[in-house]
Amino acid sequence: MVPLSYYLVLSGILFACGVAGFLIKRNIITIFMSIELMLNGVNLSFVAFAAHWHALAGQVFVFFVMVVAAAESAVGLAIIIAVYRTRETLNVDHVNLLKL
Amino acid sequence: MPLWLYIVSSVVKSAIVLGVLLTAVAYTVWLERKVVGHMQNRWGPTRVGPFGLLQPAADGLKFLFKEDLTPPHVYKPLYIAAPMIAVIFALTSIAVIPFGTYITIDGYNIPLQITTDVNTALLLILGVTSIGVYGVALAGWSSNNKYSLLGGLRASAQMVSYEISLGLSLVGVLILAGSFSLRDIVNAQGGYFLGFIPRWNFFLQPIGFFCYLMAAYAETNRIPFDLPEAETELVAGYHTEYSAMKFAMFFMAEYANMITVACLATLLFFGGWLSPFNENVWLQAHGAPQVVLALLPVLWFAAKVVVFLFIYIWVRGTLPRFRYDQLMAFGWKFLLPLALVNLIATAIAVAW
Amino acid sequence: MISIHLALFLIFGVVAVAGAVNLLAQRHPINAALSLIAVMAALAGEYMLLGAEFLAAVQVIVYAGAIMVLFVFVIMLLNAGVEERTEGSRVAIIFGIPGVLLGSILVAWVILRYSETEAVPAGALPGAPSTIGQLLFHEFLLPFEITSILILIAIMGAVVLASKPEPAAGGPSKKLATEQKVND
Repeated sequence: MVPLSYYLVLSGILFACGVAGFLIKRNIITIFMSIELMLNGVNLSFVAFAAHWHALAGQVFVFFVMVVAAAESAVGLAIIIAVYRTRETLNVDHVNLLKL
Repeated sequence: MPLWLYIVSSVVKSAIVLGVLLTAVAYTVWLERKVVGHMQNRWGPTRVGPFGLLQPAADGLKFLFKEDLTPPHVYKPLYIAAPMIAVIFALTSIAVIPFGTYITIDGYNIPLQITTDVNTALLLILGVTSIGVYGVALAGWSSNNKYSLLGGLRASAQMVSYEISLGLSLVGVLILAGSFSLRDIVNAQGGYFLGFIPRWNFFLQPIGFFCYLMAAYAETNRIPFDLPEAETELVAGYHTEYSAMKFAMFFMAEYANMITVACLATLLFFGGWLSPFNENVWLQAHGAPQVVLALLPVLWFAAKVVVFLFIYIWVRGTLPRFRYDQLMAFGWKFLLPLALVNLIATAIAVAW
Repeated sequence: MISIHLALFLIFGVVAVAGAVNLLAQRHPINAALSLIAVMAALAGEYMLLGAEFLAAVQVIVYAGAIMVLFVFVIMLLNAGVEERTEGSRVAIIFGIPGVLLGSILVAWVILRYSETEAVPAGALPGAPSTIGQLLFHEFLLPFEITSILILIAIMGAVVLASKPEPAAGGPSKKLATEQKVND
């Protein structure tokens, strides 16, 4: 039998790794992947709570999170391709034309 | 069922099924060469063994002894991992496919399926098919070669596009059967129309079957959809830089995918292991041993799979291949709307 | 003796955490993408343990089989190379990693100390496709329809954003000039 807190700790670790990747990495695609990692951590938390409280709505919400993540990654990657076409770089530190 | 019996029976079943599957892959190659040869008015392999039956063994030995060349500028980890990924996921789908009913040993019912009856078997097979795309894409990219990269990207774009039509063509079958479990879908195809036409989904869902067949040909990269790996296009596509055993692994993955698709087609559209003559009742009344009763459906299943493989090879010998834009247009502009129309029509027909 | 449930949870959990840490440690984006796929597969196993079989299959089909394929395509098309170290990244590593470690240890300690030790049995809430379908089409019909429209808009947006820009207006006049030179 696995206590609920174990699932929450695993979800928290994944979320923390996602945040760390978002702050540390400089390649825009890797930053996007860290966002997906955060979403996955949150999904695990939802499913664990759904099992704990016997509420199937948790699983339905995870379904919606996956759908929204798919839509967001499609549009985000299209934006990355457009930025790459104009700035010829994938490093976020070099896309700084609006900086003072 | 006690745990030890479950584990032992699963291991034995896995060993038997894997052995039969790998032999079937090798002999599908033989069957293809013979049938395409006869269609082109020549003999095919005849020299090695009677009717060329030992040709696959000779081919296997050839692949083992060939020089396994790793070109210097490839990205080594993915170069070595890509054929492994392709083969692993091509062989994984067979785990949830039921071959027959039950064998009763010592009062325990052992299902003729490597796992027990999985509730979401069809979804898992779709998932494994989706992951098989990585083998192709990573092979093309890691070869560090423009032709391979383009061939790999084309092949993976084709596979991803036709996965949608594949899934949609299956939803009609799901509506009729009411469950994702393959055993339930086959059992829903029992019984007869008018007393002698079996109630197979092929008669209830002909458009769905057509969509499934086209999508399956495109998923397994076979003619008429095999532009990404044809020898006259893009050198040899994503397996240009592979030699010997790694190339043989891609080959094996393609034929194992073909066999999996053929197994799914028989389960979903042709009644799986149910025979069209209903001789089980007659055999049981005349006191046939239980082994015969359990294995006869498996033979029917195997016969139907062989018919499907023959149709695959027949189409390969007959049709020319599509150009890439024709291929993508066919998938998105014809097959997807057709599958959607089939789905809506089935839903309306069932609701009334 | 740990139960099979706990053993499986630990195996999938270790694979997921190893994949997540590998995502941070790798410098080439393709390796990071493959570690993320491993994380998603491990999470699919975790969902199965919690009884959400439909979600596990959808996770593999949609997340690992479609979204990550999209990521891998973009990495291959844009020929993303190894990441360089800029001063921004050095600062982020020096402050970021200890900060995130501290935060996550704090949160983990609080969760483990103050939550109930009620166990979630294996397969606690069976999420069969039929029951989830019932919920999706009855109580959650409006979000379902809205997310369908969202995906449609996302498809159209992605096609428009990633399409090639039109050729510049200086083209045709240049052609006329060279033709005139040739005809002279």
